[in-house]
Amino acid sequence: MEAHEEKPIIYTMENKPIVTCAGDQSLFTSLYTSLAQQLPKEPMEWRRSYGRAPKMIHLEANFVQFKEELLPKDGNKALLTFPFLHIYWTDCCDTEVYKASVKEDMQRWQNILRLHSSVDWLIVVVESDAKKKNKTNILPRTSIVDKIRNDFCNKQSDRCVVLSDPLKESSRSQESWSSFLTKLRTLLLMSFTKNLGRFEDDMRTLREKRTEPGWSFCDYFMVQEELAFVFEMLQQFEDALVQYDELDALFTQYVLNFGAGDGANWLGSFCAPVRSWNGLLLRRPIDMEKRELIQRGEASLLDLRSYLFSRQCTLLIFLQRPWEVTLRALELLHNCVQELRLLEVSVVPGALDCWVFLSCLEVLHRIEGCCDRSQLEANCSHTVGLWTYATEKLKSLGYLCGLVAENGPTSEDLNRTVDLLAGLGTERPETGITMQSPYKKLKEALSSVEAFEKHYLVSALRKGDPERAEGFLEESLRLYVAEGWSLQVTHTRKQMAECQKLLRQTDDYLQTSALLAGDANLNQEERTHFCQEILSFASQPPGPSDQTVALSMAAFAQLRQLQFSPPGAVVHVGAALQLELRVRCLMPVAVHVGQLAATLHFSLEQGGARGRAGQGDGVVLFPQGSPLSGAGCSLTPALELYEMQDRSPSDSSLNSAGVVCKNVHLLLRRHDSNASLDTPTAGVLPAAVAVDDGAQMLRARDVTLQPGDNSILFTAPVRNPGSYTLRQLCGSVGRVQFVQSHIYPVVQYEVYSQEPQLTIEPLSGLSVYNLLAGIPQRVKFTIATGHYSIKKGDALQLSNTDSMPILHSSRCSATILSSTGGQALSIQSSEKVTSISLPPTPPYHTLEFQLEVLCHIPPAPLKLDSERLTNGEVRHRSKSRSHADSAMIHIDQKVSIDCPWSIYSTLISLTFYVPFKAKHTLLSAGRRKYIQVCLQNVSDSNFHLADPVLVERQPTTTVELLSLNAKRQQLVCSQQSLFCLWEMRWAKDLPPCLQCEFSASFVPISALDPPAAFKTYRYEFQLDRAEICPASGDKHCRTGTLCGLEVSITRQAEPSETEGEEEESTEIEGLKTTKLMYEVVDNSSNWAVCGKSSGVVSMPVAPSATHRVQMEVMPLFAGHLPFPNIKVFKYLPHSAAQVIQPDTDSCLENDNLSLLDKGLDDQGDTASIRSRGSVHSVGSGEQQREQQRGLPMPRLEPFSPGQVFNWTQGRQVLVLPATDDHVMEVNVT
Amino acid sequence: MAVCIAVIAKENYPLYIRSVPTQNELKFHYTVHTSLDVVEEKISAVGKAMADQRELYLGLLYPTEDYKVYGYVTNSKVKFVIVVDSSNTSLRDNEIRSMFRKLHNSFTDVMCNPFYNPGDTIQSKAFDGMVSAMMVQAS
Repeated sequence: MEAHEEKPIIYTMENKPIVTCAGDQSLFTSLYTSLAQQLPKEPMEWRRSYGRAPKMIHLEANFVQFKEELLPKDGNKALLTFPFLHIYWTDCCDTEVYKASVKEDMQRWQNILRLHSSVDWLIVVVESDAKKKNKTNILPRTSIVDKIRNDFCNKQSDRCVVLSDPLKESSRSQESWSSFLTKLRTLLLMSFTKNLGRFEDDMRTLREKRTEPGWSFCDYFMVQEELAFVFEMLQQFEDALVQYDELDALFTQYVLNFGAGDGANWLGSFCAPVRSWNGLLLRRPIDMEKRELIQRGEASLLDLRSYLFSRQCTLLIFLQRPWEVTLRALELLHNCVQELRLLEVSVVPGALDCWVFLSCLEVLHRIEGCCDRSQLEANCSHTVGLWTYATEKLKSLGYLCGLVAENGPTSEDLNRTVDLLAGLGTERPETGITMQSPYKKLKEALSSVEAFEKHYLVSALRKGDPERAEGFLEESLRLYVAEGWSLQVTHTRKQMAECQKLLRQTDDYLQTSALLAGDANLNQEERTHFCQEILSFASQPPGPSDQTVALSMAAFAQLRQLQFSPPGAVVHVGAALQLELRVRCLMPVAVHVGQLAATLHFSLEQGGARGRAGQGDGVVLFPQGSPLSGAGCSLTPALELYEMQDRSPSDSSLNSAGVVCKNVHLLLRRHDSNASLDTPTAGVLPAAVAVDDGAQMLRARDVTLQPGDNSILFTAPVRNPGSYTLRQLCGSVGRVQFVQSHIYPVVQYEVYSQEPQLTIEPLSGLSVYNLLAGIPQRVKFTIATGHYSIKKGDALQLSNTDSMPILHSSRCSATILSSTGGQALSIQSSEKVTSISLPPTPPYHTLEFQLEVLCHIPPAPLKLDSERLTNGEVRHRSKSRSHADSAMIHIDQKVSIDCPWSIYSTLISLTFYVPFKAKHTLLSAGRRKYIQVCLQNVSDSNFHLADPVLVERQPTTTVELLSLNAKRQQLVCSQQSLFCLWEMRWAKDLPPCLQCEFSASFVPISALDPPAAFKTYRYEFQLDRAEICPASGDKHCRTGTLCGLEVSITRQAEPSETEGEEEESTEIEGLKTTKLMYEVVDNSSNWAVCGKSSGVVSMPVAPSATHRVQMEVMPLFAGHLPFPNIKVFKYLPHSAAQVIQPDTDSCLENDNLSLLDKGLDDQGDTASIRSRGSVHSVGSGEQQREQQRGLPMPRLEPFSPGQVFNWTQGRQVLVLPATDDHVMEVNVT
Repeated sequence: MAVCIAVIAKENYPLYIRSVPTQNELKFHYTVHTSLDVVEEKISAVGKAMADQRELYLGLLYPTEDYKVYGYVTNSKVKFVIVVDSSNTSLRDNEIRSMFRKLHNSFTDVMCNPFYNPGDTIQSKAFDGMVSAMMVQAS
């Protein structure tokens, strides 16, 4: 007990509420230990005023001996020294003793208490059996207690408690202890509530007076802190903290108000110049020095803040919230700096830095002291701010004191340092023993450059270790580049450049310099500096081991566009192809580039349909995006979306529609793997530079690139055909090469090689039908020389044909396209060839010249209508064929040309069209016969016609042709016809066949002016007389009467016919006979064939060999009946199957049938001469069909279509009714 | 009012950044960039469950001796950062909030512009004017 008594009341955490003890001290001493132990064991609920939440509280007490001095005087508001409870201890059990001394003592005690208006008291009566036994004359135990209660506790009987046998281990003793303790706690709490409540009321009153002039914050501070202390004493740290926070807020508000111009008087003391900056002190629970300063009203702002924070810190650590300490610390430090500024407190430069630095470290140390390492690491986010702040401050101190200057601190710096060190004061005893106190650190750091660097590097890793610094910088640079923060990028690069320069990483340094030189964020001066760094390096003569340094082109220059000339970017071998490259040079000054070269990748394959980079105008635009500002966006290139529609091919209805992303490859590529062009690592580029020296290149030498856009002209190599792709661009400046390893978009050009070509075509514009036969025509020869160059003496050799002579003309001249002037063309003709010597022409030029040719019209075909075969089909001939729509006949003329560049002859086919078409008609007027020839102009030109002449080819005297045409010359316009007429007179019998030739002279109207010769158009035809013999005896056939039918089969295939058949060649077999089978059938039941209806005849293989067979038929009806069908087959005896080649038998057969009427009455005059060319033969389709009979053997083989001409096809014979005698004419035409 | 106002894209590259011209621009860029870490931390601290009714205003990101940095995150993770001078004590939380609201509204207008390509740097004059107004008010 003495110990407690002697101890001065100190403001430590050991503080406990004071409870005074009066009465029997020895009794209390004996009970003290158990009392002190038992009291805090059980919590007690503390109900509080002002609606504050009740709390469970463990009570402790500091029991001191009662002295009158302990009782607070009037006006003393100290709470810590305030005795909350007064206990009077007695073990008196003797009434006498009580009456004699104890009562008196109690009375005195009570009086003192009453004097000080203290109502918190308790009388404890300790009973013990031992004592009772000693005293024999004891009163009943209760009597003493009753007496005391009677004497002192007139209304509060609970103020007197009995403690029975406290030192014994009995249930009774336990019980009495417990009730005593409960009582004690209750009374203590009551006292707290009452006294604290009063105190708080007083405090609030004081606070309300803060607007009064004499009010002092320091005084108020002390009062409220008292309350905080009490809460702390009661372990109510939260409440204690609240008190300090309130003080903090109040002070802050005053400072802010001061800033707003509302200054309080008391703030003046805080505006005193700062003289001490020894930082926070957090190791003591209460910094008494500072507290006293505050108490005396002499504290500076830093003092007050330091003290306040140290208290808050202490409480927070009690509350296990160390991280809040760090947070508040940072806030406090910032705040203090601001407040000092706001209050315009004069501070020695650097003093605040010292204070902040020390404070940061102090806080950190304090936190480290109360947390283990793992906790610290987990919460580094809370401490990092402090570390950074400390670092910053140390750095600024270093600058201030000249510790980072290259030449060391100047005397001025040293003076400043001394001042600062003085302000630190002496080290506090708490940290004096440790080796690593913030105070020592700062002092050491400030005292010498080396020490500063040592300390500074511990936290900064900046100077002196550029290698590591570079690593860090590169990392952060990558981040900045990736996130597109250009200013940071520039700044970091500048730092990196410094490091790299120190580290002598030449390549990297140059690369960084290049980037910086082109950095728009820097000013011109800086950029020029970095540019000069490169240029000066580049101009150094290379050492023997030095290689050229490759840098990224992106830093140096940007490609803007590339223009091909010619724009197609497709040229032939040897042609000129120029590329104009536009480059934006990023350097701040003009740079002389020794060589700018683009490597070409050559591939043999021709691009063809592959999209070349150049559009129609031959311009390739390179995507712009400055490497810096666009970096953020380049992370995610914009989606290039295109609409896609899938339509069904049949009805073009929409099958599906969609959106296609065209640049998937850019979007989906891995971001980490693409080496950014901006930060090329040294390892990447040299590999890219490894250019095959043999590769073809675009080269430009000695180019000076001005800042900004430049235009460089390249001449592309075009020696070999193939496609060339630009791969790599490399600019050499002395030893430095700027390389762009890829050029995107792909730039390609193509070189092709072409074989010489000769085309011959009609001179366009003359006629729709192109070349016309019979008149001179101009033909254009076009020679595309391709890779062949036409030398002097080279000539075209044209093989001559009779049907198409080449006309010499003086007007012939050759024109070489893309060169001026025509050049004379010399044409020499020999018997077989026409030689045209060509003027010398360089490769890839076009040579043009014209020739006049004439195609003779072949003797006009008799065949024109005979072409119309029995089956009605147009027979196709290869040599001349009818024009599809206007029946124009054309002639394919083949010309064989020997070209100088080829050993082979070129066969060229020219098609000539015959401008006329002739038709002839035999007209009858009574017994007169006329031949009419209709000449139709089927061309688009107009012609003059003259001298139409009709002659017999084999002149006979029997026939005379009398021309009825008057005019000599006539105009025949396009698509018009001219009719000519001749009367035919004959003396004797008509010949069975009349071969005529029509000829007329014509000249194109357009060609009249230059007098052109009339050409002759010939038309040959043949008139035949048919063998129709009316029945002898009877004029007409009658139904039911047998008539004779003469079947005449004539071999027609003979060379004398004008139509030169291919089948001519088959007539080489001599006088062989071939067997034919004929058959007379009548499918329409008009005729009844009587007797033998079919048979086999042998036909001699000779022209016009005729075989006649007589048959009998009977008409079944009257009227005009068609002739019965006669079918002819090849008869192939089985043994002769191989002897008779099918070709041999494919000769054309004409059946010449005559129907002989039974009643023979020759009617020669009614016989008509039927023109074979006539189209008027009455057509009811009696046709001769080939039929394949299934005869086992011998075989029958039908003739192919057109081989058999049925003379009587479509002809009818008049059959009279059996009883009728009328004469009727056989209608023929 | 503000000394620096920045709009940062989801991918952390600046869409818009403007600071008081009198002071070192680089410093503000660093400040803003550094604050993004705190933004990240704050967003991730909120947790995913709360993402829907998340408060967009992040409050004071971190104070420095001279400046206070406030943050705001839109639902599309675009960050707004406002740097305020520490000495400017008249600015309370409410004022900062209303500044962010204004900023957000103006940003929404920019995004609504059919000619604006999301992800591009903001060049809207209206937005610029609004930001200027917020910065001018201070001086």
